[in-house]
Amino acid sequence: MAKVHVPFDLRHLAEGAAVLEVQGACYRSLMAALQGRYPALEAALARDKAFVLDGEIIDTPLLEAVAPDSEVHFLPRIGGG
Amino acid sequence: MSEAMDFKVIGTRPIRPDGVDKVTGRASFGADFSLPGMLEGAVLRSPHAHARIKSINTDKALAAPGVKAVVTGADFPQVAAGAIEGGEGGGDFADLAGNVIARGKVRYHGHAVAAVAAQSRAQALAALALIEVEYEPLPAVLSLDAALAESAPLIDEGLMTSGLPEPAAAPSNLASVIEMGNGDLEAGFAEAALIIERRYQTPTVHQGYIEPHACVGRWGQDDQAMLWCCTQGAFDVRSMTAKVLGQPVGSLKVIPSEIGGGFGGKTTVYLEPLALQLSKKSGRPVRMVMTREEVFRATGPASAATIDLRMGFSSDGKITAAEAIMAYEAGAFPGSPVGPGTMCVFAPYRIANFRIKGMDVLVNKPKAAAYRAPGAPQALFATESAMDEAAQKLGIDPIELRLRNAVEEGDSAIYGPKFGPIGLRACLEAAAAHPHYTKAKDAGVGRGVAVGFWFNVGLQSSAEVHINEDGTVTVIEGNPDIGGSRASMALMAAETLGVPYESVRVVVADTETAGFSNVTGGSRVTFATGMAVVEASKDIIAQCCSRAASLWSTDEDMVEWRDGAVHPRPGVNVEATPLSLKDLAGQAGRMGGPLLGKASLNARGAGPGFSVNLCDALVDQETGQVQVKAFTAIQDAGKAIHPSYVEGQLQGGAVQGIGWALNEEYVYSPDGIMENAGFLDYRIPVASDLPMIETQIIEVPNPGHPYGVRGVGETPIVAPLAAVANAVSASAGVRMTELPLSPPRVLEALDQA
Repeated sequence: MAKVHVPFDLRHLAEGAAVLEVQGACYRSLMAALQGRYPALEAALARDKAFVLDGEIIDTPLLEAVAPDSEVHFLPRIGGG
Repeated sequence: MSEAMDFKVIGTRPIRPDGVDKVTGRASFGADFSLPGMLEGAVLRSPHAHARIKSINTDKALAAPGVKAVVTGADFPQVAAGAIEGGEGGGDFADLAGNVIARGKVRYHGHAVAAVAAQSRAQALAALALIEVEYEPLPAVLSLDAALAESAPLIDEGLMTSGLPEPAAAPSNLASVIEMGNGDLEAGFAEAALIIERRYQTPTVHQGYIEPHACVGRWGQDDQAMLWCCTQGAFDVRSMTAKVLGQPVGSLKVIPSEIGGGFGGKTTVYLEPLALQLSKKSGRPVRMVMTREEVFRATGPASAATIDLRMGFSSDGKITAAEAIMAYEAGAFPGSPVGPGTMCVFAPYRIANFRIKGMDVLVNKPKAAAYRAPGAPQALFATESAMDEAAQKLGIDPIELRLRNAVEEGDSAIYGPKFGPIGLRACLEAAAAHPHYTKAKDAGVGRGVAVGFWFNVGLQSSAEVHINEDGTVTVIEGNPDIGGSRASMALMAAETLGVPYESVRVVVADTETAGFSNVTGGSRVTFATGMAVVEASKDIIAQCCSRAASLWSTDEDMVEWRDGAVHPRPGVNVEATPLSLKDLAGQAGRMGGPLLGKASLNARGAGPGFSVNLCDALVDQETGQVQVKAFTAIQDAGKAIHPSYVEGQLQGGAVQGIGWALNEEYVYSPDGIMENAGFLDYRIPVASDLPMIETQIIEVPNPGHPYGVRGVGETPIVAPLAAVANAVSASAGVRMTELPLSPPRVLEALDQA
């Protein structure tokens, strides 16, 4: 199962967990699994955060495959000047 | 990119294709465009920093000579909330619309209230004076402390703080809170032999681009509209303007002009929706051009910030714990870059125990806009000042202290993901060996060191490569050229295709000609659009190989592209003369049609940028004036496609950072009116203020780009604030923690020392 690192400021939406083991072979199934367990967390992640898979920021995650040993982070969105 | 490459044109320094036009004055910028029958527009701006609009009467203005249209907030649709993506990196369409023109309330001095289009600018300005607006003035909130005070006047009565563990109970000026952390903070501090704890403050500053905002809008009777404007992103202007006007994106064509600087400040819209709405009402094209004063009062700025920092160090200089409480001014609408600030503040270092809290705070100032590496200069000013002070107190060389804590490939960034190959250590080692660092300082001179960091981004880009019938190459792309990107695109196309640089022409096209590309920002164009150009060039090569193979009656895998031509692979028994791009282009019509390569992508693998700056400064003990005696900028570029333009980015960022450190700040009256809205009083550095900015490019290739590129546009402005402040602190003999280090502030510190 993929390791999902819960952002510090959203851990209260995951009963304080810093890391969650989540089943999901792709972004959509991973998020669906998260929604099943912590719907408010999933909503906040999808709305406010950028998806980071194995160290890489993925701006278009919808078609992204997730490996069983993947590490997933969610970060504030970054733009730039 | 995994191995050393033997480049033929990448890394050379040809003259930029747009250079002659720009130095001879032939290039067309935003205000240069005109159309038959065009009207001139002007904006009525709020005289109050904070007030309710009780009524607006435009009758007299409409009846004034030459006036053809007047618009107010009532002429624009209500825009639903929704995140703006790919542009500023923060913000909401509803806030964008509210910033373009006020509805119900003005939130800062200079906020647009109404706009007029008339036959001449003088008539438009005269008509503005005839618009009757009744205001109910409200107390202005002009600082972070005032905004966060319990009884603070509310700038947005409906604003509920997001990011709190529990939903906010009442509205406030605190738009959002973001927190990060890891390890055991207090245990880390308990281990420390030295703790540095200070408050660092940076002022509101402007991007300072030389060209004011300008546009021409033309609304057609078929409801199809066109906009000519200076912008960092025509596609972003299109989506933002369409949203503000409630129009389909496809009904609007945006044509970017040349751009006289943007630095992040031209990644949003101000005038464009007003010009189009005036054009719609008048039936005529409308030009709008800001004055410098309007640029200061109503655009930009970069957020002021207050950072309470605490860092613990072991006696041998290892960071044991770090904490940052960071408050950034958003201006009158949410959306400061405090999020990236929290991720940058400790990014250069390995820190096991840390906690970071960021706050996005509304004040009655213009809505903050992106400015090179948004949020990072403020953050690293704090950290790098503390690192300098720690080095001093621990008796460790400041570069050595940073080397002992520097992140390397494989380390987890404090914001989570692991770093790939990065150049921080290489930059630090280059700095330690640099003649600037090894030479003795002159008497009284202080020397400062600081590290800079920026993520760099990818985002979406498109490119087309057209091969003309004589083998010359036209590249079509959609990113306005700010820092020499036409040249870098041409170099990458030439390298990939194996043709001379001079045979490639790059066209920055409009939104109906080029494929979609996100804004020119985020240090992404040479990386991401460059990747699209390389992919589109490879598309051409594939077509050429396919055609040559067919011509030679062999398989495609029996041929290869080498030195600008298709050759049979070594050992392949085909009697054939190599076919150059020119050969194939000349016969294209008889071999399947024109050669047109294309690529569109969402670029991944942007490599983070690190830098190290060295500054020598001398403080005049009598006047408090600071002279920058020497400055060196060292930065990892991955691979410098055009070294001169990388050096230019390093030098430009250094100069802007020196200005931010030494002189630049918005000065407000108690009632919220900016008192220095002009370049005479808002002092950006000029050539005579500065020494030659020395540069050194480090190249740690980014494996995420075919030629190893990492963005270089933003990192250069991150380190100078602390590099200058550390040098000034050393020369003055007193730690300076609040910018700018203007003569009165330095003198005050000297007097108190």
